[in-house]
Amino acid sequence: MNATTAKSGLLAAALVALAVAAAFMKRSDVYLLSLCCVYLMATFGLNLTVGYAGQMSLGQAAFFGIGAYHAAILLKLGFPFFVVLPIAAVSCFAIGLALGFPALRVQHHYLAFATLGFNVLVFLVMRNEEKVTGGTFGISGIPRPTVLGVSMEGHLAFFYFTLASLVVLAVLLWWLLRSPWGRAFAALRDNPIRAESLGVNITAYTLLAFAIGAACAGVGGVYYAALVEFIEPGPFHVSTSLLMLLAVIVGGSGRFFGPVLGTIIIILLPELLRSSSMEALKFMQKWYLVFFGVAVVALMVWLPGGLLSIGDRFRKAPAAKEKNS
Amino acid sequence: MGDFVQLIVSGTATGAIYALAALGFTLLWQAAGVINFAQGEFVMVPAFSMLFFIAAGAPLWLAFLLTCALAMLVLGYGFKRMIVDPLIKHGVIPLVIATLGLSIAVKSIVRAGYSAEAHPFPSPFPPGQFALAGINVSYADVGTLVLAGAIVVGLQAFLNRTVTGRAMQAVAQNTEAAKVLGINVKRMVLYVFLINAVLAVVAALLVTPTYLAKFDMGDSIGQKAFFAAIIGGFNQTRGALLGGVLIGVLENVVGFYVSPAYKEGVALLLFLLVILFRPEGLLGKSEERKV
Repeated sequence: MNATTAKSGLLAAALVALAVAAAFMKRSDVYLLSLCCVYLMATFGLNLTVGYAGQMSLGQAAFFGIGAYHAAILLKLGFPFFVVLPIAAVSCFAIGLALGFPALRVQHHYLAFATLGFNVLVFLVMRNEEKVTGGTFGISGIPRPTVLGVSMEGHLAFFYFTLASLVVLAVLLWWLLRSPWGRAFAALRDNPIRAESLGVNITAYTLLAFAIGAACAGVGGVYYAALVEFIEPGPFHVSTSLLMLLAVIVGGSGRFFGPVLGTIIIILLPELLRSSSMEALKFMQKWYLVFFGVAVVALMVWLPGGLLSIGDRFRKAPAAKEKNS
Repeated sequence: MGDFVQLIVSGTATGAIYALAALGFTLLWQAAGVINFAQGEFVMVPAFSMLFFIAAGAPLWLAFLLTCALAMLVLGYGFKRMIVDPLIKHGVIPLVIATLGLSIAVKSIVRAGYSAEAHPFPSPFPPGQFALAGINVSYADVGTLVLAGAIVVGLQAFLNRTVTGRAMQAVAQNTEAAKVLGINVKRMVLYVFLINAVLAVVAALLVTPTYLAKFDMGDSIGQKAFFAAIIGGFNQTRGALLGGVLIGVLENVVGFYVSPAYKEGVALLLFLLVILFRPEGLLGKSEERKV
């Protein structure tokens, strides 16, 4: 109890410190932080699928993109932001159900292939259906919302808005995972056969976890469109999905804050390398993905539980994992 | 009508290449329980390796043989020892993630260290086409079909007719029983990795003249390989063949009659239909996974 209170207090203090620090940062750095928050919405959702339901999804960027295109098209038509948000979330949820159902019915690792193909298909639609999506030229001039009469046009205001929304989303997911309903997720990841024998409908729960994860990505996509104010198919390619999946795994899948660490590594780190003026770091930027790929392989060999599991490794306390998950 | 037959012929040739990559993929899954997400890069790397030997002055056939030897060493033995052996005990997912990491690393090495451009690749077959019963067929399509067909038939014969091949099948069907019967399981599994490497080199030889050698050329062929393997039946080597050809032909037909833009979507659609209506694959037998 006390440890939990202390942890939440520490977390709240960190969030406040981040918000205060952002006020003194360069415009481009605030933008990067907002971008991180937006991707975190998608990776938190993916962690539900990967970490808690134990399934591989290689199509999170497709849902992210679907959310973003929903936002771009509907916001430009003049729909209010808080109407667009649920529409995008519900569409992604429904598409997730429709895609996950055939895949999960057979063998669970088929979801990986189905989502991979789905991402390819969604990318093609974004690129080819020029009348709706603008093709490779994309959609520009996406308006930022006004919340409770306050305009989110400024970069700092939009960052606070995104951060607050991310916290709300994270709290909702936390609450979901603490509920008896959410505990079933962990049960079926740790031992699906035992979970089934206790009356958990494995397929239904896995499907729901996947669809909720997809809806989170859709929400992230809406914020992405409003943040960047211009979207084109590029960021929603399969390679983004792979990076998102690896972010969750590298951070530590099935750990609530695993995606935070992973997302910093995949989003913030390459941008910092790119903007740095040092020659050595410039070199790193070119080779960044090579190091990242090799690091993923090495991590799987030595620390398959992800970076956040390093503490358990030293403590060698098998109970610690159960407590965290 | 002539158009249609031509589409079928060239689609079958493309499909035969998919089938080669899918075959290696299926074999790895059967014998070692490995899902290799770097399968596409296993085709891309040999393509660049052959280009390297050609640039050094070797003729295509020599470049091919040298690359085969190198691939067996690196993509076969090296892949097994460095990545699969240490990871297989953790289960399927960490291994899948590691092959994803490998795929990103290999692609980025080629892009950052060599080139992001597409490089032309010499065709092993003469250019041009000939008329057969009023239908124009290119030498490349025929050559691809003959070579891929010969390899598939040869592999089938090896697996079914020779003692080593039968031992490999025994390992794939039941590892424990195979061990009890005195089969050297480790060696048989190694053979599968070596065969996979060679199949990838052949696929590279056949596909690169049309796809061009590029760091991300493996994305598409890797995906086709997964889908072909599942459509045909993951536990049947013949299935990979059927799945590959089916995807190749349908892609051509859809590209011509419906929309070239959605050619890449055909494999996914076929995959979804198959897992909805015949989850074990067109030729597959349903199996119970071990607990």
